[in-house]
Amino acid sequence: MNNISNDLYNLKIDNEGIATLTIDQKNNPTNLFSTPFITSFLEVCHQVIQDESIKGMIVTSGRSMFMPGADLRELSTMGQDPETDLNNILQMHQSFRAVEMAGKPIVAAINGTAMGGGLELCLICHHRIVLNNPKIKLGFPESKVGLLPGGGGTIKAPYLMGIQNALMYLLQGKEVRPQQALKDGLVDDLAEINDELIAKAKDWIKNNPSPVQPWDNKKYKIPGGGVWSPKGAQTIIGAVGNVSKMTHGNYPAQRCILGVIHDGLQAPIDKAFEIEARYFIKLLSSKEAKNMIRTGFVGMQAARKGKARPKDQEKYEIKKLGILGAGMMGAGIAYVSAKAGMNVVLKDTSKENAEGGKEYSRKLLAKAITKNRSTPEKAEKLLSKITTTDQVTDLKGCDLVIEAVFEDPILKDKVTKETEQVLDSNKIYASNTSTIPISLLAKSSERPDNFIGIHFFSPVDKMPLVEIIVGEKTSEKAIAAAIDYTVAIKKVPIVVNDSRGFFTSRCFGTFVNEGMFLLEEGVPAAMIENITKQKGMPVGPLAVHDEVTLTLSKHVIESDPNQERSPEKERSYQLILDLIGRGRTSKKDGKGFYDYHANGKKKLWPELSTIFNAKIDALDKEMIAKRIMHRQALESYRCLDEGVLNSVIDGDIGSVLGWGFPIYTGGALSYIDFVGMDNFITDCDNFKEKYGSRWEIPQSLRKLAESGKSIHEFSKS
Amino acid sequence: MEAYIYDAIRTVRGKGNRKGAMVAITPTELATQTLVHLKEKHHLDTTLVDDVILGCVGQVMDQAANIAKTVAQQSKYGDHLCGVTLNRFCGSGLESINQAAAYIKSGYRDLIIAGGVESMSRVKMGSDGGGMFIDPAVAIPGHIVPQGISADLIASKYGYSRNDVDQFAYESQMRASKAEKDQRFKSRISVKDINGISVLNNDENVRPSTTIEGLAKLNPSFAMMGAMAGFDAVAIDRYPEVEEINHVHHAGNSSAIVDGAAITLVGNKEMGQKMGLKPRFKIKAASIHGTDPTIMLTGIGPASLKALKQAGMIPTDIDLYEINEAFAGVVIKAMDDIGIDHSIVNVNGGAIALGHPLGATGCMLTGTLMDELERRNLNTGLITLCIGGGMGIATIIERV
Repeated sequence: MNNISNDLYNLKIDNEGIATLTIDQKNNPTNLFSTPFITSFLEVCHQVIQDESIKGMIVTSGRSMFMPGADLRELSTMGQDPETDLNNILQMHQSFRAVEMAGKPIVAAINGTAMGGGLELCLICHHRIVLNNPKIKLGFPESKVGLLPGGGGTIKAPYLMGIQNALMYLLQGKEVRPQQALKDGLVDDLAEINDELIAKAKDWIKNNPSPVQPWDNKKYKIPGGGVWSPKGAQTIIGAVGNVSKMTHGNYPAQRCILGVIHDGLQAPIDKAFEIEARYFIKLLSSKEAKNMIRTGFVGMQAARKGKARPKDQEKYEIKKLGILGAGMMGAGIAYVSAKAGMNVVLKDTSKENAEGGKEYSRKLLAKAITKNRSTPEKAEKLLSKITTTDQVTDLKGCDLVIEAVFEDPILKDKVTKETEQVLDSNKIYASNTSTIPISLLAKSSERPDNFIGIHFFSPVDKMPLVEIIVGEKTSEKAIAAAIDYTVAIKKVPIVVNDSRGFFTSRCFGTFVNEGMFLLEEGVPAAMIENITKQKGMPVGPLAVHDEVTLTLSKHVIESDPNQERSPEKERSYQLILDLIGRGRTSKKDGKGFYDYHANGKKKLWPELSTIFNAKIDALDKEMIAKRIMHRQALESYRCLDEGVLNSVIDGDIGSVLGWGFPIYTGGALSYIDFVGMDNFITDCDNFKEKYGSRWEIPQSLRKLAESGKSIHEFSKS
Repeated sequence: MEAYIYDAIRTVRGKGNRKGAMVAITPTELATQTLVHLKEKHHLDTTLVDDVILGCVGQVMDQAANIAKTVAQQSKYGDHLCGVTLNRFCGSGLESINQAAAYIKSGYRDLIIAGGVESMSRVKMGSDGGGMFIDPAVAIPGHIVPQGISADLIASKYGYSRNDVDQFAYESQMRASKAEKDQRFKSRISVKDINGISVLNNDENVRPSTTIEGLAKLNPSFAMMGAMAGFDAVAIDRYPEVEEINHVHHAGNSSAIVDGAAITLVGNKEMGQKMGLKPRFKIKAASIHGTDPTIMLTGIGPASLKALKQAGMIPTDIDLYEINEAFAGVVIKAMDDIGIDHSIVNVNGGAIALGHPLGATGCMLTGTLMDELERRNLNTGLITLCIGGGMGIATIIERV
């Protein structure tokens, strides 16, 4: 055969009869495992196998990454016709097996990150050598999007590494560096430089003219033993418990991965791949995987790239950033901005306070250094970018100023006016308020068009979401600037319109609120907390209320200038007052819904059951779950209906990243589809009858349901 | 037709670990010695016996391939004798009696040896595997947890403290010690080696020196498993009203792991005349009841109440109860459910002191209860056990 060059790869045959296939998918930003590529790859393998003058083939990459995964966009279009999908995958496996068993050596020379499908491609090869570069990652991230490795990886991983080790990779999507991969048996050899990589690959081909895969070798034993070996059985029992603990039955991928290993390792290898394929198809057509891909992958990737940015605005460069207030939020904002290379001026009422805020970065960096994630030089460079001050004049020349002072309109008014004295009139001023309407705050400004909300979440260095709030007069330029800033600090922006509590705080509030109401109605506190976690929320509404403090909730309600409180707001206000009156305020104070012990443990305050007359059968478990989850979804829908949200995906992303709404549902809006729109409406109607007007369904949702549409077909009419 | 119990025999119980007194004795041999003893004791016309039904949980290795038929052959009762092995987990030894009773009552059989065997030192618990705990398709949606977690869940949900369960365990040890001293275990036989030399004469696990203080010092057995393998969270998923699992059970207040075998001779009235034996007890009722697999061990109450209803009785009509002491908390819960006092339950101690040879226990409890009812000159007794997977079993016997 001859050399080949096309859009997907090029193939060169050297004078010793060794072919090198260099993957270079010209039409993709990176190499991806996709049907067109695999079809063509198998075709070339077939030719190599047929050609007796060719001794073997090396598979490597012409891009910076070897192959970071499968084409999720292609996968997300599959799952409509399970039987056809299954047959296609089984056919693919047959071809893979033909390549594996042809007796001609194929070696993966892994010169960049190989994940998911990319790693599975390497596992078809008889030998894997990887460049010893700590930037190269190997792993199976499929479970993170609700899938499992469906190209043989779920079966091959335990064959190579043993059940226990394989589960670490498969269940949590553990990523490893080359040295660890070698230690675990995922790859066979390392090379320091590219030439050595290729040389080693060629040597192996010459020395192993007719290789056999471990799973085809009758004498081969799975490290640690199979499913029914003492170690294997114990590992699986433990994994069953931990998967349940981790997923509460909400994420089928982990269960299916265990299923593939349990069922598959007891079957002949070809049947094992078939078992894997059947589970893969099951996941591919699952609501959970579709939701996780749509929100967690496609949606977030687009948001991260600034999809919401007004198209015709010029890119807004931020070289110098001012921050007002060096508290918890200001300090965090300083860190992430300096990390992105911006010069940060951190201002507080005193130089000492401002320095205190900078100290936060110092602590984070010290921790990063101990974990080998940074070096003293890098840390010093980052710290040198943060200047502290108590002088407003130091904010001169800032491209963007973010105000992060206490939630007090009077104080905010003062600092806005002060700052505008020194800030260039064409620069942007943002408030990090979490509840006060931006249009209200913008009244303090002489240039409300440049005034915007940039709402961070705490702790800023960990929380990926930024909620950008558009006031009545906020200009497109300010929106573009806020998005450009968010993209620059590598966070995920969603753009929402002004309203009290905006989107995230408002919906999060209903979550906390409903938890408190259930408690008042006699549901045992442990049940509220546990059922919430069972549904996939990271913490219960009572525990999280202790974190944000009941005192803050009281303050938020009291500072709402709207004199007439809704019945549920009044009810929750009275409850909060009652609890504060009993000395139950927060985690910080050691006493809230929980008692916080010195050893870091917390236990629900036993008095709660007496005060609220707790009864185990006060409400059925399913109802409790629905009240907690539906309430958040309904409030999110109201935000969509009222135009606070511009799109469904923004609501989904905001709920998942903002307050931990579980991603298997797709997010707080996709949740309505997840449980079924008709069911959702029926439940809310019932709840309205029993519990009042907070369960009122907007007319537009009824219409959407009547027309048989999905939440994703919502359009503002 | 009525079903009668003519006699009951059990072996002594040896510790079920590699240092146990009976580790060298195969389970086939253990069970065979009970059959041989029965034959010799009554000069039994063995041709009258139709079948051997044995309960056995770990049916692998020594205990695999229908150990009941293996024992039937070894017992030299004759080639006519059949054997069937059944597995209702911890209820197996009682299930075999219940099945025998059903066969007799139906007229399909006339005389059956029913009992059970388990050598836990030779065939480790769990070595028979099974989809229930391992197959993710079963275990995950089923919220399956190991039994110890279920026992601790019961204590947590119903508020039994560590002291409550330790007190119960202490009492079991004291009662068993007294029963031993008073020589109340009439149906018990020693186990002998191939030379006929006795290897164990008394139940090996009983500890007369047990103290409350000593028990209080023992570490909980299932805390680590609950935390590390995630099973506390699994239990709480099904029982969200429980804030956390209080791990109160340990080696001293859970059933001991032991070896042993036991049989009863069950037949119709006519068989008694043919054998020249007087029936000792009549089987009045036999029932089972299932629970969810997470809490698993609360089947005793409902199964017992079902049996009482069958017999047209109420709990106070029963003179003495034998409730298997799988875990102290399980028995406390069962007594609460049936509404009875510890003073008429397990009067000679239970599995916490004596041990629980899984497949044999139900039959052993029956024999113990028969001896005690006769000794006290009482009439009715109820035997009941909690069972893995979420079941309970109960049998009511009455003196003839």
